[in-house]
This record gives sequence, structure tokens and C-alpha cells, in this order.
Amino acid sequence: MKNLGMEELTNQYYDVLKELGNIGAGNATTALAQMIDCKVDMSVPQVQLLDFNKLGEIVGGEDEIMVGIYLQVEGDVEGSMMFIQKKASAAHLVNKLMCGMLGVTEEEIVNHEFGEMECSAIKEVGNIITGAYLNALSSLTGLKIYPSVPQLGIDMAGALLSVPAVEFGLFADKILLVQTKFSDDIDLDGYFILIPDMESYEKILTSLGVM
Amino acid sequence: MSEVIKVGMADLAVCSGDDAVTTLGLGSCIGIAIRDPGTGIGGLVHIMLPSSTEIRNNSNRPKFADTGIEDLVDAIIKKGGNRSRLEAKIAGGAQMFASSSKSDTIRVGERNAKASKEKLSEMHIPLLAEDTGKTYGRTVIFYPKTGDYVIRSIGQPEKVI
Repeated sequence: MKNLGMEELTNQYYDVLKELGNIGAGNATTALAQMIDCKVDMSVPQVQLLDFNKLGEIVGGEDEIMVGIYLQVEGDVEGSMMFIQKKASAAHLVNKLMCGMLGVTEEEIVNHEFGEMECSAIKEVGNIITGAYLNALSSLTGLKIYPSVPQLGIDMAGALLSVPAVEFGLFADKILLVQTKFSDDIDLDGYFILIPDMESYEKILTSLGVM
Repeated sequence: MSEVIKVGMADLAVCSGDDAVTTLGLGSCIGIAIRDPGTGIGGLVHIMLPSSTEIRNNSNRPKFADTGIEDLVDAIIKKGGNRSRLEAKIAGGAQMFASSSKSDTIRVGERNAKASKEKLSEMHIPLLAEDTGKTYGRTVIFYPKTGDYVIRSIGQPEKVI
């Protein structure tokens, strides 16, 4: 198989990746909705080939405080996956999960500092829904996908996103990502971002018979 | 009216006068600030990886510590800075996530800091101050006129080095 340069990715491939993102995120969103017993909406996924310096802007702003779950993907598909949301959104999510046990009002929630228990809850949510995303991807493509233990980071968006960017930066000057936004009526607001490495893109596309 | 110029990932910018250069949300990347105190001309490069020689695809020079510093120095001299007076400050190189199976890429912050310092000393540019490592992201603003390098992090007091 010839090595695929990123500039050669055509619109057809983008559409396939978009559809993958759709299926993965659809599963993840369903898992999330079931967990918190709420309706959660998701956007049509975007597949973007981005310059590194545009990366922070995709989630709002580089210095926006966000809660990120980061995991590495190994097996037939390698790369990384991020489930990233605004801090207030994460606080609402934990509050819903723990049945209001944070004991803070709507106003206080934005400045809430997460304790150990709450961090653990966020990680577990991240684990379950990224698992749902990757499971869908794996059954669709027949490829083996093993996620690593999720890592939690609460920091500026740019700082969190630089971690997968550095990994992608090892072999490319741009970053290709599949991004899906999810939200509910009021509180939730976040993204699933899948960043497979270039070889994995080829494998994914081949397994689906488009290459 | 002074201006603050934004520097993205794998990018650099030079300024003078009352202007400043900033980069938002440095994670494992490093913001290398260099200036000529005589003319007040200086700049910032936001590097992502330690070395251009370890990687095949290395055309994007500001992405690496070694080529990024070279380019920043060139840009400062081109704007009128004096090579022999240059001095540097660095910030960043955090470890954003605790641990991982691919330990090498995760410790990239540490390696970035080391490579930056080595390159600076190789080019005989004194390193006046640094704020590297730890586990939190940094937003930095560099004022070449005064040499102040302002560092903001979440849950930490603002620092000037």
C-alpha cells in the first residue's frame, strides 16, 4: 500500500471519516444520555485538517479552562482520543451523576474545584463514553482497538490539546481530527476528538473498502 | 497604542517598542523568549518538539527547539537586534497527563526544556530565568522592552520572571 500523504486525502475520505465520527459519537452520546438520564444532542462531526496554531480555536479559545479526558489508542488503530468539555459543563455532569452531591448552587458551580471523588467520576464517565465511541469504531471496521487507561487534565484548552498535537507533530505539520460537539438544553457543552495517526487512517479506510 | 501579538503552536513572532508577544495555553510545548536589551527588540517562539534531527518531516522549523531558536535569533537580528547582546527566558514543558504507556512522548515536556537549554548554551545566549516542568499549563506574555516574562496558570498566582 502506498503511503498516504495528508494533502491527498480527498473529500470522499473525509466523508467516510465523518461517518465514522458520527457512528462513534452517536454511541458515546447515547451512553452519556443513559448515564445521566437526560437528552443529549450531538452535532454533525467535522473532519478537519488543521495547522497547529489553529488547534486551540476549535474548542473556543486556547485559554478557556477545560476538563479533558485523554487516552491513547493502541492495536490496529493507533492514535489518541480526547473527550473535552468546559469546566462548568463537567461540574454539571458530575453533579447530575452524583445526584446533586456537590452541594453547590448553579452560580457556584462554575468556580467549583473538583475533589478526588469527583475527578474519579469524570474519569469514569470518560472511560465509558470513549469506550462506547471506540467500540462502535471497532465493530464497524473489524479492527482491534485498545484504549489506554484514561487520564484526566483540568487546564487551559491549548495546554490539553497540545498533548495529542505533539504526538501528531512527530510525523506531520498539520493535524487531522474528527470532532463532534455534544450538548444538552442547558448545561453540557463539550467535544469528542479522535486523532488516529496517518497509518491508522489508511487501515481504517482500507477496512471499509474505500482505498 | 501598544499591541500584543499572538504566537500559535509551532510559530514565532518578533516585536519592539511597547508591543508584546503572547502565547496562550502552553502545555508540554515551550515558549522561548529572546531579546536584545539594548534595542528592546525581541520575540517568542512556541516549540513543540525537542529536535528536528530526530524526525523525517522537519520542514516546519518553528516546531522544534533547535531550528525554532535559530529562526527566532535570525528574525531578531533582521529587525535590528544585536546578536552579541541576546538573552533568553523560557517557560513551559509541563507534563499535562500523569503517565502513559508511550512514556517517551509523554515526557516530551522535560525533553523540550532540556533541548531548549542546550541549544541556547550552544549559541552562547545566556538563560536568565526559566519556569518549566510541573503539571499545569501556562499562558505567557513577553515584553521585549523590559524583558518581563509574565506567566499565568490556573490556580496559581501570576508570576514575572
